[in-house]
Amino acid sequence: MKKWVAKIAFWAWVGLLLVFSLTPFLWFLITSLKSQIQILQSPPAIWPEGGFHFYLSAISRFQLFRFMKNSLVVAGSTTVLSLTIGALAGYALSRLPVRRKPLILGGILAVSMFPQISIVGPVWRILRSLGLLNTYPGLVAPYIMLTLPLAIWIMASFFKELPTELEEAAKIDGCGPLKTLVKVVAPVAAPGIFTAAILIFIFAWNEFFFALLIMTRPEIQTLPVGIALFPGQFTIPWGELSAASVMATLPLVFLVLLFQRRIIRGLSAGSIVQ
Amino acid sequence: MSDRRFGTLLLIPAAIFILGLAIFPVLQSIWLSFHQILLALPGLGKKFVGLENYGRILTDPAARDSIGFTFLFVFGTTLCELILGLAMALTLNRSFRGRGWVRAAILIPWAIPTVVASQMWRYILNDQYGLVNLFLFGSDTASYQAWLAHPWGARLAVMAADIWKTSSFAALLLLAGLQTIPNELYEAARIDGASPWAQFRRITLPLLKPAILVTLLFRTMDAFRVFDLVFVMTQGGPASSTHVLQFYGYQRMFTEGDMGYGSAVSVVVFLTIFIVSLFYIRAMGTRLFERAKV
Repeated sequence: MKKWVAKIAFWAWVGLLLVFSLTPFLWFLITSLKSQIQILQSPPAIWPEGGFHFYLSAISRFQLFRFMKNSLVVAGSTTVLSLTIGALAGYALSRLPVRRKPLILGGILAVSMFPQISIVGPVWRILRSLGLLNTYPGLVAPYIMLTLPLAIWIMASFFKELPTELEEAAKIDGCGPLKTLVKVVAPVAAPGIFTAAILIFIFAWNEFFFALLIMTRPEIQTLPVGIALFPGQFTIPWGELSAASVMATLPLVFLVLLFQRRIIRGLSAGSIVQ
Repeated sequence: MSDRRFGTLLLIPAAIFILGLAIFPVLQSIWLSFHQILLALPGLGKKFVGLENYGRILTDPAARDSIGFTFLFVFGTTLCELILGLAMALTLNRSFRGRGWVRAAILIPWAIPTVVASQMWRYILNDQYGLVNLFLFGSDTASYQAWLAHPWGARLAVMAADIWKTSSFAALLLLAGLQTIPNELYEAARIDGASPWAQFRRITLPLLKPAILVTLLFRTMDAFRVFDLVFVMTQGGPASSTHVLQFYGYQRMFTEGDMGYGSAVSVVVFLTIFIVSLFYIRAMGTRLFERAKV
């Protein structure tokens, strides 16, 4: 009897967690599928009957695909560049005899805690003087800096676990240090590289503060900026806004469903290592 | 080439980005905060004004409001996220059917862009179409409330949205900590007749302390930087009741073009975070740096 009660209570709690976690997204999903009449009903309708017309109008009137393309370019370049630079540094800090390692690693951790507001003014001035405002490189450069601490920590923690025989064997075979890293170590560390890639991509896809300040021209804005500054005269066009939001979120939902183990491992590697 | 020189070489690209776009900007912000720079009036140039900008922070009521709400936000959300995250982590640490799906569901709020989450919560709290009003008042639309129009409604809404979005991150860090506690300890305690509550107090909590501190540190630092939620949900309103420091600094710097004063605000944020993190690092003892030797 008591066991039964405990079991029901446990599943009720799990159900509550699911409702808590999923309701806001499901409510926006429902909203995006409503008809034009339903969207203005109060009390709001629960069952949507509009199909995909808000998606079509978000694509044609709101230029949803242009925002998605900009986000894809920025997040993709950030991921590739930050990973490359982070892998080099992570390798040096985990496998090579570098001086003052704890100080460098502690410093990198400290940089990851800098509030964006305390660097954004000067970064904006640097980008302006280089003519990089409203350009892809102008946003990718600060994103590389913002994601490097994460990339370095994850890569270092993955490289550390590889057996040292790997490099010794490569050395005996006559590989130079760079060739050892690219041809021998990097392929073995591929799971770690992939984990870091997912986390960096999600960060760059979601980032808003720097994107808002650097990308002021609509043609080059990323999705979060487009969604935050969603155009609407007098009333907010919730139908198109929710459709665009669902489109911005779906890639991430798929990443979570496919790679949740890697994401969890990566997030806790970034913290446990300290 | 020696391994040592090769290692230094590999660090150079990362160093360029971190020194050029993080360390140098922070130092320049400090320098700018002693000057008067108005973007709208470039002819005035930079005028050295000493500590005047910092004096303005102390006397500006909007600045004090934003400091007050920032601290309330940081304290309130971090505490709630720790408790809820711990509850989630304890749940996920048990083995039950469908655990993978529950874990994925809990992770989804973390993955959703903050801007999207903010719009979702704004819509959920909407005065005509909101789910909260539907849930509380059903079809009685005359009772529907504009939650974000009340100062405390708006404050609690911003905090709730943050708790919803980031509790799962706290849960993951705590779960990683829970998984390092050896099962034998619980078995021994059970044999000695310890109740589940006693096991939690005497085994789980003490052994989880390092993970709890790391979680608090990460969440506190992140909460001090809150911006997206406020920008989308309330724009600091109603009547500056949800102003937070990063939003306030952003407005002074870029909306009003007052670079010097905005920089002073940003230095205050920086120093606050620096001091708070020192407290945490002291609480963690030397562990942080011992373990930093990857």
